Amino acid sequence: MSSIKCECGHVNPEGTDICQNCGRPLSKEEKEKRLADMRYDGAAIRSMTHKRSIVDKVWNFFSSVKIGVSIIIAILVAAAIGTFLPQVFYVPAANEAQAAQYYEEHYGTFGKIYNALGLSDLYGSWWFMALIGLLGISLVVVSLDRGIPLYKSLKNQRVARHPSFMKRQRLFGEGEVSDPDAAMAKAKQKLMESRYRIREEDGAILAEKGRWSRWGPYVNHVGLIIFLLGVMLRALPGFYVDESMWIREGETLAVKGAPGLFVENKGFSYEVYNKENTDEVFGEAIDRVGTVASKYQTDVALYEQPEDALPGSTEKEFVKDYSIVVNKPLKYEGYSIFQMDFKLDELKSMTFALQNKKDEKSKGELTINLANPEKEYDLGNGSKVQVLDYYPDFNGFEDGEPQSATPVPNNPAFLFKMFTPEKPEGETSFVAIRQTLEPLGENQYRMAFQSAETRNVSGLTIRKDKTLPIIALGGLIFLIGVAQGSYFNHRRFWIRKADDGRLLVAGHTNKNWVALKRELDKATEFAGLPAYHDQRDPEEEIEDHTEGESKA
Amino acid sequence: MTLVSLSGYLLFISFVAYLVGTFLFGGAVKGSKKDEASASNKRWGKAAITVTIIGFATHVGYFITRWMASGHAPVSNMFEFTTAFGMMLVGASILFYFLYRSAAIGLFALPIAVIILGYAAMFPKDIQPLIPALQSYWLTVHVITAAIGESILAISAVAGLIYLLKNVDLTKRSKGRGWLEFIMYTLVLVVGFIVVSAGFGASGYEAKFTYVDKNDKPAEMVYHNPPLFGMNEYEAKTEGVMEPIAEMPPIINAKTLTTFVWSILAGSVIYLLIRLITRRRVAELLQPLAKKANSQLMDEIGYRSVLIGFPVFSLGALVFAMIWAHEAWSRFWGWDPKEVWALITWLFYAAYLHLRLSRGWEGRKSAWLAVIGFAIIMFNLVAVNLVIAGLHSYA
Repeated sequence: MSSIKCECGHVNPEGTDICQNCGRPLSKEEKEKRLADMRYDGAAIRSMTHKRSIVDKVWNFFSSVKIGVSIIIAILVAAAIGTFLPQVFYVPAANEAQAAQYYEEHYGTFGKIYNALGLSDLYGSWWFMALIGLLGISLVVVSLDRGIPLYKSLKNQRVARHPSFMKRQRLFGEGEVSDPDAAMAKAKQKLMESRYRIREEDGAILAEKGRWSRWGPYVNHVGLIIFLLGVMLRALPGFYVDESMWIREGETLAVKGAPGLFVENKGFSYEVYNKENTDEVFGEAIDRVGTVASKYQTDVALYEQPEDALPGSTEKEFVKDYSIVVNKPLKYEGYSIFQMDFKLDELKSMTFALQNKKDEKSKGELTINLANPEKEYDLGNGSKVQVLDYYPDFNGFEDGEPQSATPVPNNPAFLFKMFTPEKPEGETSFVAIRQTLEPLGENQYRMAFQSAETRNVSGLTIRKDKTLPIIALGGLIFLIGVAQGSYFNHRRFWIRKADDGRLLVAGHTNKNWVALKRELDKATEFAGLPAYHDQRDPEEEIEDHTEGESKA
Repeated sequence: MTLVSLSGYLLFISFVAYLVGTFLFGGAVKGSKKDEASASNKRWGKAAITVTIIGFATHVGYFITRWMASGHAPVSNMFEFTTAFGMMLVGASILFYFLYRSAAIGLFALPIAVIILGYAAMFPKDIQPLIPALQSYWLTVHVITAAIGESILAISAVAGLIYLLKNVDLTKRSKGRGWLEFIMYTLVLVVGFIVVSAGFGASGYEAKFTYVDKNDKPAEMVYHNPPLFGMNEYEAKTEGVMEPIAEMPPIINAKTLTTFVWSILAGSVIYLLIRLITRRRVAELLQPLAKKANSQLMDEIGYRSVLIGFPVFSLGALVFAMIWAHEAWSRFWGWDPKEVWALITWLFYAAYLHLRLSRGWEGRKSAWLAVIGFAIIMFNLVAVNLVIAGLHSYA
């Protein structure tokens, strides 16, 4: 690799803009600039020096801030497009066909195209994930490309800089002082009061503070990379559980996605605000809005299969009772069980009487558990009822056959065979709510509906996310980095005597120039340093500072 | 006096104080000659910041008393959140006044706060009990932090606007002049919304309709301004109200659309009147107020406010939001529209911070970006809550 030798004799790597020893401009572009490009302190960065191989080209692509910003903007635009219509997971559709139908029905042609283009599942699309992946790569590359040279450059920086370096700083002042050495000593004292670290060399001073804030961007990039890695890990089996289950009051079920855990629903309660149970300040709102939910709660008991239990054993040990409400999930062994949904008053059982149609005399009653109907109910005295078929969610006939839309007892229907002493060969009857059919001819008996019992159903979601600690760590590092880079500034002043005895002062900060000027003002006043100018403020000379008071 | 009515009075005092403060800040930047003005300007500036701080104090008083009355942080619906956002915007401008002693920031931030408060007041002000999803201390932590972050970011838009008013040549036709005037027009439209809502509200206008919603269920809707657009298969239940001009498909909320169109009509009329009476662009009318501001300082404030606001926004609107979402909805991220737009805001300011590293993005381009950033924040507050339905839709 070639190198550049500066006039001062220092050998700089190729691509260096500003001599790392004396600060003279080296590259042609740098020499043409009125002010020094201090972004990476003029150090050579890899993407500017290696341009030949494929690896270099890929590296240079991802190290470009412009490309990084373009990726950010692309993600931003895509994310916005995804909010035009509800995403498919917020739409009541069980499969792709239903989703397609939903979008077309509700949003017309636009909805149809939106769904057909895959925008209805935009955040799960390969190209959106690819964009996030590109951003991740860019974060890694740009941090290595810029961070390392910057670190080296700042670590090895020299105190005495060539006048050409100082003149090309944004804050620069030069002038005659009666006693330069005394002025420098006083400036040094004042800057030390402002907590600058001072280095001296050959009659030159470098005052510096807050260098660590320069690492902020790299720290926050590391945080983001860890965050993204955590998210990627969720794709591996065992790291992430996301299941939903319905559980009826009184039921004990295995917890989905959590082997060995069982949950019993001891009761679901749904409460609303009304004028009696709330403070009167809410009265007006309740009048205006009407019903407002105040609580969804499932009281559960959690059980666990003992570790030494034999396979297939139903032995369970009680773990704890808990009331799951929104915002307060049940947490156990890394699993969290959330209150997510509910159904009120689902049919639990139905009671029928076996009645003679003429005199309405009953041969007895039977209660059918709708979750698990028995095959046969013996009423004694020679009467019994067989359940030939059961349609929990009857939704009409197809080719003469009764159909059930779902296994949930929303609209139960039965095909009964009734045996009585009068009709020992049995009579067949189809019974649905408010509907009775006698497919095989007129019957003497019927199943008369007596009563129904209902119960509530809780919708629970079970989550386990082993990646959370990684994601949380990434988030924390990001926040630390962002605070480090935003709330602290890297400030430097260079003061030296020129060959002709005049005093030169220059100042640089990565941001917050007003504060830098204030500190330089203090030092200038105290030590009698030559007045400085902000070489980037064209309004400075023509305007009196009624604002900012940086010169006050 | 009850706590609720006390909080109402305190809020009103703040509103008046911000109006007075605006005029006082006006005095702080007035003056024909640049050198002479400073002594008198300083007096005006001192009076202005004093009044602003008094207004901010009563605003905080409103916040605390309302919190005491309801038992939860008053950030749970559109009125409460928007009012709190206005408060934090004033707080942020006070912070920047003391950081940079810039009267211009106060002069432009206060009227924006006034408009925001006026906008907030158009939503139901009654104290609502919390639905189960909001019953968490994360409501307090997440919403307040996010709002503080947004209000600090908003200061960069204020500084950007001042920068543009000063630096865009309004005498020549240009893209910049057009867009700047468009910003002014948008602000006038918000005033139009306030005028329409307050006007029809004061007259007690009400028109009840039944309609069929998108799930084919019958529903009811009460309009508070004359129905330009009717809901799907609407039927009027109030007699003597105007017949809607057009019926909308079920996915469009015709009431929101009606309010929107009324606001645009009223806002446009106000805007045209201003143009006709003054014979000048609104930007031209405001330009003298920005003339004294130092461009470099405005650029600095614009950048600094993003630097201060971005970490706070990240913490409140993303990190705290994720923690709460994990507790309440079982996942820390679910691509809900509000979440997505918080992410978009974050990405946008991340892009801003990276662009600032490149030469040529300081000054004018940054100022435009800052204004766009504020537009995104407002879109997330207004459109995402009211138009795009999601888990965060409350109002």
